[in-house]
Amino acid sequence: MALDDTGEKEFRVVGTRPVRPDGVDKVTGRAKFGADAFSSGMLYGAILRSPHPHARILSIDTSRALADPSVKAVVTRADFAEGLEGDDFDILENAMASERVFYDGHAVAAIAATSLLAAKDALTLIDVTYDLLPFVTDVDQAITPDAPAINEQAADESVPDGMHPNIVRFHENGHGDVDKGFADADLVIKKSFVTEAAHQGYIEPHACLAQLGPDGIGELWCCTQGHFAAARICAKLLDIDASQLRVTASEIGGGFGGKTTVFIEPVALALSRKSNRPVKIVMTRDEVFRATGPTSSASMDVTVGMRKDGRITAAQGEFRLQGGAFPGAPMEYTAMCAFAPYNLDNVKCVGLDILCNRPKQAAYRAPGSPMAAFAAESVIDELCNQLGLDPIDVRLKNAAKEGDKASFGPRFKRIGLVETLEAAKEHPHYKAPLNPNQGRGISCGFWFNHSGETSVSLALSNDGTVSLSVGTPDIGGSRASMCQMAAEELGIPYENVRTTIADTGSLGYNDIAHGSRVTYASGLATIKAVQDTIKKLCARAAAQWGIDEEAVYWEGGYARPSGSNAGDFEPMSLAEITANMGQTGGPISGHFEATPQGAGMSFATHIVDAEVDPETGSAKVTRYTVVQDAGKAIHPSYVEGQFQGGAVQGIGWALNEEYIYGDDGRLQNPGFLDYRIPVASDLPFIDTVIVEVPNPGHPYGVRGVGETSICPPLAAIANAVSNAAGVRMTHLPMSPPRLLKAIKEAKIG
Amino acid sequence: MVEVVLWASLRRFADDNAVVEIEANTVGGVLKGLVKRYPSLKSHIDRGVSVSVDGEIIVSGLNVPVLPTSEVVLMQRIKGG
Repeated sequence: MALDDTGEKEFRVVGTRPVRPDGVDKVTGRAKFGADAFSSGMLYGAILRSPHPHARILSIDTSRALADPSVKAVVTRADFAEGLEGDDFDILENAMASERVFYDGHAVAAIAATSLLAAKDALTLIDVTYDLLPFVTDVDQAITPDAPAINEQAADESVPDGMHPNIVRFHENGHGDVDKGFADADLVIKKSFVTEAAHQGYIEPHACLAQLGPDGIGELWCCTQGHFAAARICAKLLDIDASQLRVTASEIGGGFGGKTTVFIEPVALALSRKSNRPVKIVMTRDEVFRATGPTSSASMDVTVGMRKDGRITAAQGEFRLQGGAFPGAPMEYTAMCAFAPYNLDNVKCVGLDILCNRPKQAAYRAPGSPMAAFAAESVIDELCNQLGLDPIDVRLKNAAKEGDKASFGPRFKRIGLVETLEAAKEHPHYKAPLNPNQGRGISCGFWFNHSGETSVSLALSNDGTVSLSVGTPDIGGSRASMCQMAAEELGIPYENVRTTIADTGSLGYNDIAHGSRVTYASGLATIKAVQDTIKKLCARAAAQWGIDEEAVYWEGGYARPSGSNAGDFEPMSLAEITANMGQTGGPISGHFEATPQGAGMSFATHIVDAEVDPETGSAKVTRYTVVQDAGKAIHPSYVEGQFQGGAVQGIGWALNEEYIYGDDGRLQNPGFLDYRIPVASDLPFIDTVIVEVPNPGHPYGVRGVGETSICPPLAAIANAVSNAAGVRMTHLPMSPPRLLKAIKEAKIG
Repeated sequence: MVEVVLWASLRRFADDNAVVEIEANTVGGVLKGLVKRYPSLKSHIDRGVSVSVDGEIIVSGLNVPVLPTSEVVLMQRIKGG
């Protein structure tokens, strides 16, 4: 659904669906993922992890392990940099504990040995003495008076005096007078909600191969969303120069935010430095669950007031998120996103970042926003039900538009929320009849999108083909979309461009592939790099024709004289110019390095049908439609894939996925058998509607699409299940026992 | 002078002002001016903030210009997953 109202740009390659460049490699096994890295003479690393949720480390005796002839190195915290502060300290503390372990799975020591089996066996030869400490793993229990303080030094200045020491950051945003707004409402509903921690569920476990010499010069191959950031962070943690560590990103088997930081990489580097051999570490699935970063769990209170005509008069929320034993739970985004879709006169949102004895959370697609939408959109749904109003009409009545003041402060630029709601309302899904025990749910969702530091380099070959180097790992089809944008701008076939993810030694700095930024920022940089190249191509043609550079323009893959005054010359193709470029001035390449500003914000509306079995509490999604503003879909198949992927992860989070901790503070379900992500047979076909309201901040109108698609699902599914079951579901996941209990309690009244 | 809107929980570090006027013509100048006027804001700004200028969220753009007529809003630093 193209709503491109610029009416100026006719696309030739952009918007088509060419074959993905990495497809054959991936289906034939030729693609090299993190665990495929190999180096002659390499050792295998294994990490000793705490079995306790909270304990003081009294001693670590590695003598028995070092006596094993297969063991070539043992590292503990003493083998890493000292004196780090802030985030760098937290990342190191999470990668290797110092004085205390803070969660089940926290790394304590690591071994490099001649085989993986030998390394794992040798872990049993490390003797650690712990002094067990009280612990807490539940976000609400963590702020009760009796809860143990997990890290008394962690709170920053934002936390008002008198709050529990486990509250380490505090945020509030909003405007207007919510009390006045609630007084103006015909109906005010307040409800409390809980979401459990979920893992990104990427198929590929973390893996790396590290080589670091005593001279501080090193190489690292790893699966990551940001190899430039990995180089910077690892260099700090190892106290070496960042430029001396070259990092190459492997193919990546999913990340979704979970591979935006480092866990095993600095450990492998430390082992390599100590053994003077390459060291490879591949996490087990158990380690991925216990010791990487799931999303936060949340406890939330939301109040919304509405008039009988559907106008929201006020909205308020308190969002308590735990992000493990370190600061960083994305509660500020929860608070800022909760009511972002709506133009409200009175809104107030508070976020609390709370410590628990769990692994340090990591980003997960639009961190903080999905749970915000769950709480806010559930209350709006309940208001619609009780006031007898159509849920899309109510959202249209309150929808934010260009120029409206967002709940997080600024006024919106051009956005496409209304267009997604109108498309959803017109979709056949919204009008389709429902069967008994079925219900329908609607939700909107919002994400900011991000830009970030970006560098791109483009080199021309003698035959006129193009080699494009970008620094953002391809986590969602970006090589295809970069090829398309380069081909579009140059006026050449898609097949004539190859995009490579360059290592950190070959390109300027690139921010992590996060924040739905890649198609926007690397795409913009690609277009600018092509434009830089075109200037040089025009200059070469002008020199050959003996006319001014300004008298030459580029169109359709040819340099052309700009008019009869410029001279009567046959247009010169890209291949004709590059064929002899060595003799006309040398190789031709183009560059762009900048931090682009202008990542357009993105909204989506989801429609979900769910069916509930009242006898068992089982819920199943029977129909799903995603409507989202993509600005401009460069490769529509990939955009649809992002929409569908967000919906699927949302289905898992809403219905099944949950970190379950036992009374002993240990994770009970660290594997895909007990932590159940959706499989194909659990899912209906997920329909998609691409709305295109161009982002004025991108030459082609692109908005990031990778994260917004996971913002509405929790709420849309919960609304569908609640409407099917006849009881408001306020705790995710809506697993059969939880749903059955709610149905039975509702019957009892 | 540029009017800078602070997020609600930041206001107690700026004498409870929701909006403060700063003499600046770039994003970097806004941040420097805020710290100069209210030193208690330094730690918050040093940890990283975003600045919205006329609806455009600037995460890393100290040289981005601001005008006296610009809508400038200080925001938590935007990242993603």
